[in-house]
Amino acid sequence: MAQSAVQPSSATAAEPVKLPVGAIAPWAVFFGILMLVLLYFVGAEQGATAVTSGENVHEWVHDARHLLGFPCH
Amino acid sequence: MNNSIVRTLLVRGMLAGLAAGLLALVTAYFLGEPRVDAAIAFEEAEHAAHGHEHGVEAVSRSLQSTAGLSTGVLVYGVAFGGIAALAYCFALGRIGRFGPRSAALLLAAGGLVAVYVVPFLKYPANPPAVGDADTIGQRTALYFLMTALSVLLAVAAVILGRRLAPRLGNWNATLAAAAAFAVAVGLAYAFLPSFDEVPEGFPGTLLWQFRLAALAVQATLWTAFGLIFGVLAERALAPRTGQQAPVTRAATAAH
Repeated sequence: MAQSAVQPSSATAAEPVKLPVGAIAPWAVFFGILMLVLLYFVGAEQGATAVTSGENVHEWVHDARHLLGFPCH
Repeated sequence: MNNSIVRTLLVRGMLAGLAAGLLALVTAYFLGEPRVDAAIAFEEAEHAAHGHEHGVEAVSRSLQSTAGLSTGVLVYGVAFGGIAALAYCFALGRIGRFGPRSAALLLAAGGLVAVYVVPFLKYPANPPAVGDADTIGQRTALYFLMTALSVLLAVAAVILGRRLAPRLGNWNATLAAAAAFAVAVGLAYAFLPSFDEVPEGFPGTLLWQFRLAALAVQATLWTAFGLIFGVLAERALAPRTGQQAPVTRAATAAH
């Protein structure tokens, strides 16, 4: 607080941080895809399409799928 | 440095998503599960009335409503937490002069609308017993299409708003972008096929309560995420904002 007298505008008026796109892109691509794969398993696996056989994934997340708004069956 | 701040925000986004998922789980368990059970009771009564034999359950109801529900909701929370954190990295400093916390809350509100509410208004959540098994492929494809479309349109609307801001001012540019978003979404609603697969005799009140519960789960998730991630992001960014002003940096470092 003592510094606010020295630098009155630093807290509110400072330009917001802007991260360069190049620094975000690799993270966004890799983790974006990873997260979408997770969402696919929660939301759609063994429903309309299936990469694993059986019904266990579907049955296990059945209630979550209904309550999270995904078409279930 | 930029690399590590992206990583920090991503990790914190996933943690905030996990915490928000826990709160959403509480909503889902107490508001949602009674409706799921009631819908399954209706489904089984219908099956019994038509003489169908109910198949053996691969996972028991008690596991589905507890461990299964938790797995689904928490994974969903972490996944969207991660995605939202990455979107936050892009949004910071590009959506206007918002502080780290208000930017997080704004992003979460945008996420709720674009990821959930807009697709929900066209393809609402359905309880067990509602929905024809023969159209599951079509309904799944259209639901994901509507979600993807809604997110892309929301991003486009934000970019449009930023472009218009210098000419129209922030307020009118935001209104114009929101109106453009609403028109585009309305067109998608008008042209994509709808489904009405509620079986005869299914209680209207139950359907309404189930859908409200589903909406409450998402509202809990995104609100909690916005608030928790905002605090975590602000702390992660605090030393950085100070970088431009060495005096503040010393002040924040002293905490």
